[in-house]
Amino acid sequence: MKQPLLAFNDKGIYCAQADLYLDPWRAVPKAIITHGHSDHARWGHGRYITHHMNVPIIKHRLGDINVTGKEWGETFTINGVAFSFHPAGHIVGSSQVRVEYKGEIWVFTGDYKTEDDGLSTPYEVIKCHTFITENTFGLPCFKWTPQQEVMNDINTWWTQNKAEGQTSVLFGYTLGKAQRLLKHLDPSIGRIFTHGAVENMTNIIRTMVDLPETVLITPETKKEDLQGSIVLAPPSAHGSPWIKRMTPYVTGTASGWMAFRGARRRRAIDKGFVLSDHCDWTGLLESIQATGAEKIICTHGYSDIFSAYLRELGYDARTEQSQYEGDEGETDTKESNETVTMEGGDL
Amino acid sequence: MKYFAELIKTLDSSNKTNIKVDALTQYFRRASDTDKVWTIAILSHRRPPRPVNTTLLRLWAAELANIPLWLFEDSYHIVGDLAETIALVIPASKNHSEKTLTEFVEEMILLKKKTDTQKKEYLHNNWLSLNYYERFVFTKLITGSFRIGVSQKLMTRALSKATGVDEDILAYKLMGDWDPANISFQDLVLEEKAQDFLSKPYPFYLAYAIESEIEDLGDVSNWSTEHKWDGIRSQTIVRNDQLYVWSRGEELVTDKYPEFNSFLGVIPNGTVIDGEILPWIEDNIGSFNDLQTRIGRKVVTPALLKKTPVIIRAYDLLEWNGNDIRNLPYNERRNLLENLYEQVKNFQLPLQISERIQLKDWKEALREKAKARDLRSEGLMFKRNDSTYGVGRKKGDWWKWKLDPFSIDAVLTYAMRGSGRRANLFTDYTFALWQTNDDGNKELVTFAKAYSGLTDAEFRMVDDYIKKNTLERFGPVRSVTPKLVFEIGFEGIAFSGRHKSGVATRFPRILRWRHDKTIEEANTIDDLKAMIPG
Repeated sequence: MKQPLLAFNDKGIYCAQADLYLDPWRAVPKAIITHGHSDHARWGHGRYITHHMNVPIIKHRLGDINVTGKEWGETFTINGVAFSFHPAGHIVGSSQVRVEYKGEIWVFTGDYKTEDDGLSTPYEVIKCHTFITENTFGLPCFKWTPQQEVMNDINTWWTQNKAEGQTSVLFGYTLGKAQRLLKHLDPSIGRIFTHGAVENMTNIIRTMVDLPETVLITPETKKEDLQGSIVLAPPSAHGSPWIKRMTPYVTGTASGWMAFRGARRRRAIDKGFVLSDHCDWTGLLESIQATGAEKIICTHGYSDIFSAYLRELGYDARTEQSQYEGDEGETDTKESNETVTMEGGDL
Repeated sequence: MKYFAELIKTLDSSNKTNIKVDALTQYFRRASDTDKVWTIAILSHRRPPRPVNTTLLRLWAAELANIPLWLFEDSYHIVGDLAETIALVIPASKNHSEKTLTEFVEEMILLKKKTDTQKKEYLHNNWLSLNYYERFVFTKLITGSFRIGVSQKLMTRALSKATGVDEDILAYKLMGDWDPANISFQDLVLEEKAQDFLSKPYPFYLAYAIESEIEDLGDVSNWSTEHKWDGIRSQTIVRNDQLYVWSRGEELVTDKYPEFNSFLGVIPNGTVIDGEILPWIEDNIGSFNDLQTRIGRKVVTPALLKKTPVIIRAYDLLEWNGNDIRNLPYNERRNLLENLYEQVKNFQLPLQISERIQLKDWKEALREKAKARDLRSEGLMFKRNDSTYGVGRKKGDWWKWKLDPFSIDAVLTYAMRGSGRRANLFTDYTFALWQTNDDGNKELVTFAKAYSGLTDAEFRMVDDYIKKNTLERFGPVRSVTPKLVFEIGFEGIAFSGRHKSGVATRFPRILRWRHDKTIEEANTIDDLKAMIPG
């Protein structure tokens, strides 16, 4: 039997012909990386190849690594296999990886969304034979409202909170969601403050795209300045001593999971905004159809259910085990997973 | 409907009591009288009869969403709420309805008698013409109760604020068997009518768990002690030669326990007894499992009555000679109860008295508590001798002091995704204990499921382990490499033919993660069986 161009093994998605991995979850000599989230760009690889916008992000997270940056659509060939990066629209720098060998084309999406968020380079449909897709929100329950409407809701919420003399604390994942929110907040309402983790990452993104002004909260920040302002913070700041200084405040979270009533209640968040950096149900189905691919491999999310549905639609679809976790604000699990080593995780 | 949907949304999205009370109070001030009655009914779980069964609801919703039924079912399993799933999968609409809550409910009552085709048309039209949240509320009205963290007490408080009617009087008025379709707001809330009160129970007084040392209760002579019986809290009412038995869930359960009809003619009219319904088998308290066989049945057969008879173990008297005596001190109420019991005890009634113990010092409480398992109680109750009978859960006069749960170390063997708020994590676990099979080999046998007791951080770590150590997938369930050991706690235990382990446990939950134990050190089924009392 012919060896597949890309195969899932215990380290990641392996291309035997080029002897390298895509978004590996264990340390490998050579890795192609789709984007800067920590379940995709992990520590310890010998060499990293990624889109150049991801380079400063990954270096910020992982320190001084051996990394090469590429342009959109720039083809580089390793042992006859042609690789190129194409926009995935998930966060700044996020890429799909196109892999071609002897006329056979595979595309690995990493994480992606079809809606143009005005910040990330918009998702492009890449024709291929085999499409490896995420399914974070691969259920018919997930259907996103256009960003403009959600951001209007967020700005209205901020305005109302300000009128009541409250500080609005808005939680969003440090890399990606926080900058997307920032990009579309209305600075005419008031000042935008940041938590340190958000500020650091935002400063890196700011070198590549235009973003409204932010003020880092420091021990010297005055309470009067915070009142009526909005604060961008990572989900992990919820319930921490840091947040007490915002009193009186109301909390909001922007995440795809907010589509579920219970998800908001569980986090004890005052207001949930359904805003995701992943495809919704329709987005997944439409992009799969647009690629023209017949073989679909589902990685993370509701992949079993989603691939079963694809098979019903006539696709040759299956699920492969991966260790991508998704970033939609189930606290900053990605950051914590790097420090949590589970005994037994190596079985 | 718009106001009602807004109310539900506010109640559902806040966890702050004052915001909920304010929202309800505002609503009760501005809603129409019939909408108010229906809102009270819905929030106190008196919904109109379900016009469409859930099988049809699922089928029609899947059809409208243009997805196969299995996909709808899988989604429902993950969302965890049928109305929410329906509201999510159906194509979006931004409309809202001008129809009132009352109009919707009246339509739903009429819908029950219509043909399936008419029902389907009605649902499809409404689903497509309501916005997401109204669609959710509309479907909730059809499927069942709103669980949105609004207790009867909280609703009563808001209603009291909006109407000026005293909160305790309202609590009393809203109890019992009233029909929202045939009662006016005037009748239900505003007007006082004695004849309506014949079947009405009093609000139950509930105890708080002791958090600190029992010595902190002060002088032991001020307190009466009882065992805490593990059955169904009940109020038995004898008025006008009629018997009414209420459970704590404010459910009239008279018909489920026909043995208490023997009280009529013996217990004088104008008597209300607070006590525990307990299974009474071969002169001993049966297990809660025994009682379960009675709770679930609508039709009580003579065979069941014979197999699992019940009694009431009385501990308080709330009405005597037709007078509400809740404001008498506990001691005096008990004396009246004990006198009543003396008078009727030779009539062979299914009535017992919960013994009152006067401790000499708090050390004696420990000795008494040690007898609990043998007496089949779940611990002790302390009641202040001079206390009146309160409403709801109030700190100070009644305390419960429960036994520590049973506990055993078990191995995690299967996991399932949580639903609703825990939809993206594996949080529902199955646990197993060791058993030696006929070949002399040890195998892990499932004994309980549990899904609470870990911190969010621990759930994430276990979730991570499960994802990396999945052996097999069975739909939403995964089998997992046995490796993690947890201490599982439970409240009760009994032999069971329905369970593979041969044992049923009550309220199993995770007490802690035993990082220090290997699976070989987990307990055995025999260890578990050894805990079964008697």
